[in-house]
Amino acid sequence: MSDNQLLEQIERYLNGEMTKDERARFEIMRNEDADLNKKVAEHRHFVNLIKQYGERLELEKRLNALHDEIDVNALEEELMIHPSWIVSIWRNHHSKISVAASIAIFAVLCTLFFTGYLNNHEINYVKLKGEVDQIKKTTSVLNSQVNGLKHPGKNSNPANFRGTGFAISSNGYIVTDYHVVKDADSVYVQSVDGKSYRTKVIYSEPGADIAVLQITDPTFKTFGTIPYAFKKVDTDIGENVFTIGYPRDAMVLGPGFLTASTGFRGDTTQYQVSTPVDFGNSGGPLLDSKGNVIGIINAKETHVEGAAFAVKSSYLLKTIQDIPDSLKGDLNINSKNVLAGLNRVQQIKKMQNYVFMVKVYNQ
Amino acid sequence: MSKELSSGIPTDNEVILGILNNSDSVLKRLYVAYFPMVLQLIINNNGNADDAKDIYQEAIIVLYNKVKTGDFELSSKLKTYIYSVCRRLWLKRLAQMNRYGGDIKDFQEYLSVDDETEKNNERDIQFNKMGSALQLLGEPCKTIIEDFYINNRSMQQICEDFGYTNADNAKTQKYKCLQRLKKLFFQQN
Repeated sequence: MSDNQLLEQIERYLNGEMTKDERARFEIMRNEDADLNKKVAEHRHFVNLIKQYGERLELEKRLNALHDEIDVNALEEELMIHPSWIVSIWRNHHSKISVAASIAIFAVLCTLFFTGYLNNHEINYVKLKGEVDQIKKTTSVLNSQVNGLKHPGKNSNPANFRGTGFAISSNGYIVTDYHVVKDADSVYVQSVDGKSYRTKVIYSEPGADIAVLQITDPTFKTFGTIPYAFKKVDTDIGENVFTIGYPRDAMVLGPGFLTASTGFRGDTTQYQVSTPVDFGNSGGPLLDSKGNVIGIINAKETHVEGAAFAVKSSYLLKTIQDIPDSLKGDLNINSKNVLAGLNRVQQIKKMQNYVFMVKVYNQ
Repeated sequence: MSKELSSGIPTDNEVILGILNNSDSVLKRLYVAYFPMVLQLIINNNGNADDAKDIYQEAIIVLYNKVKTGDFELSSKLKTYIYSVCRRLWLKRLAQMNRYGGDIKDFQEYLSVDDETEKNNERDIQFNKMGSALQLLGEPCKTIIEDFYINNRSMQQICEDFGYTNADNAKTQKYKCLQRLKKLFFQQN
């Protein structure tokens, strides 16, 4: 029996087209032959599958026809919940946004890591930065007003401003910076041992930033002999110099070298020195190693390390000469230097009584 | 037959009887009644109108087969059943497309209907295989098989349509076609 004939038999059997005899014979064959039995079951299953497949196609066709009758667009418009634009952006793009955000965070972390921001050294770095910021601020002040070492008053000190001054003659004449006493209502000087005298500004030379004070206090008698002299000619670069002044309530020494023969922006009336100075050093004497006054401290450049400026002593002498006789009275510049052979400790000990804190009051 | 003429949402019993009787009008009323609900579910959960059509028709087919095979017990409202099947199918589809964000906005109460959709899924695979096997079979075999087994036409009619000299020739041809179809069907995996 060929395959085709067998299939026909099976189909006829399944469709109930056999005669009674044929059917009985076929069922005996089926019982005896497991292979045939399996073929019958397989065929029935397969034909059923074809039929069901046909039914499914038919049903889908019907459903599609039904669907075409519905106005989907109108329904869609009606049923769509319109979320706010930010929600819909998030819905549609949240994966992209997340990726972008993580890349950004990663980039920031990488930058921080490679710039060393995450190291412990960083604390110092931040502090330094803070200082740089301060210097930046003070530089802009300095740029508009070079004479910047006038000390703004503190609560502990009743004066509004503070500077330094030093005696130029034994009978009570003191020199300081013009910017210290500018606009002052009253000016007092205080010696290292705490004695305070009232003074008045008898002459000032704003161009050279020099002011001359005279002690007017009736309790004042005399300074005694002034130990230092004033140098008439310019000092050379490299000279070992020092200043003493009152950047704070105690007297402070500022040692250094004369580093340039001109001052801020090439100002020929000034020296540049490497001494450490701070606000309050203004008006302090700048002395060379032999104890001659060679200048008056008046400013520093804040964005350059260790660059302070001092008015040359020749301009001080010139200013004193320019004082009209009516004001000058008995001002005689000391010209005898007794510090020349001494070491610095001795020099300072001898001259400290002639360097004063200048306290300025104005309203 | 005033029932069939009445429009609007059919009662649940009407639907079941209608499916068993192959009633077109009940199928239409059923289809129209619940489509908006499913459209609302899909388009508000990352889908479009075409997705809604696919999912809804699949759900209707699930219901249809279940009723036809006689193992459909109405344990809840038909509306809830259809919604649950659609919801389940759509979640599966979203997961396949990697668009499932972890939550779904619901508009109806729903039941757990996992095994129902699984069963349908297996059947779908069989039907897909059958469809592609028939495509591969080519003409005239495809039409002969469809006419005989699906459209229930007699061998005599087929013999005339295809111009075979006698029904035996047509029969032989049909069996050859059937054998090839079986081969093609079981080859696919």
